[in-house]
Amino acid sequence: MSARGQVYLWAAQRISAVLLAFCVCVHLITLIYAVRGGLSAAEILARTHASIGWGTFYAVFVLAVAVHAPIGLRTILAEWLGWRGTALQVVTVFVALAIAVLGLRAVWAVIA
Amino acid sequence: MSTLKVRVWRGGEDGAFQGFEVPRLASQTVLDVVTHIQRELDPTLAYRFACRVGMCGSCAMTVNGRARWTCRTHVSEVIHDDALEVAPLRNLPLIRDLVADMREFFDKWAAARGQFKPTSTRKDEFARVEPDSAERQQADAGIECIGCGVCYASCDVVSWNRDYLGPAALNRAWTLVSDIRDGARSERLAAVAGDAGCHSCHTHMSCTERCPKKISPTSAIAGLKRATLAAVIKGEI
Repeated sequence: MSARGQVYLWAAQRISAVLLAFCVCVHLITLIYAVRGGLSAAEILARTHASIGWGTFYAVFVLAVAVHAPIGLRTILAEWLGWRGTALQVVTVFVALAIAVLGLRAVWAVIA
Repeated sequence: MSTLKVRVWRGGEDGAFQGFEVPRLASQTVLDVVTHIQRELDPTLAYRFACRVGMCGSCAMTVNGRARWTCRTHVSEVIHDDALEVAPLRNLPLIRDLVADMREFFDKWAAARGQFKPTSTRKDEFARVEPDSAERQQADAGIECIGCGVCYASCDVVSWNRDYLGPAALNRAWTLVSDIRDGARSERLAAVAGDAGCHSCHTHMSCTERCPKKISPTSAIAGLKRATLAAVIKGEI
């Protein structure tokens, strides 16, 4: 990958980290607030069902993870296992797509 | 007179520590100890030094697990139970005993475009660099590096990624990026960007923690990250 591409990867990880910091805070605060009266699947679905706001929020959360985590994993694989080249790029893209697809499917399940 | 128990690395990569007993003296430095061993106990011991006063950067070794200048390290600062362990610098090929091969360290300075590229000739007026300008201050913060290799030996990223340019080369590049007289900004930023360059730094700050000159290569690397991103956005690299 070109130096230019690697700089973009670094920037993408930084920007997604900012989004994650915000999303994790909102998620945890909501979690703590919501379980005060006990936690049930019905209660969660009542809050999220047909909610464009929560749907958008968790979709952004999932996409931020799908960008952030694979870039970090790419570095770990390169440094710890010595992976380089095409195989590393393929694994990175595969993990990103897997997180995005599985995560968005889960979001859809509690929104639809 | 008390005695120091000193373990010194002997041989190449497959060598081993050898024990020596050295008289303990007041204000004794680790370099004094190594010199005593070579002059009095075993003349075949290989080690490197020159100035003895912290100016040349050639006597860096691993002392009780940490990279240090041996000439400026008093035995009393690092000793554990009257014992001392002296080994060559980490992350560099070993020539013999306490002498590390510094070639890849300095080759990486060259790879990071560590050479100044002038934009004027001797016929031009002197460049005027304001002492209070941000660029001058940034260059000043890193310009005193003497290339001892302590930061390079202390960096975990170097040990994980053999292509990584390392803290000293990147610090050098940042002082030149900050030099308003220099004419190789774009090619230097391209040279230090990416997986072998500043973007591999994990900000562990071991280089900053251990630099005997109190330089912060971590800050220099952070500056390079900002500068390379700006250059990519502007299409300069």
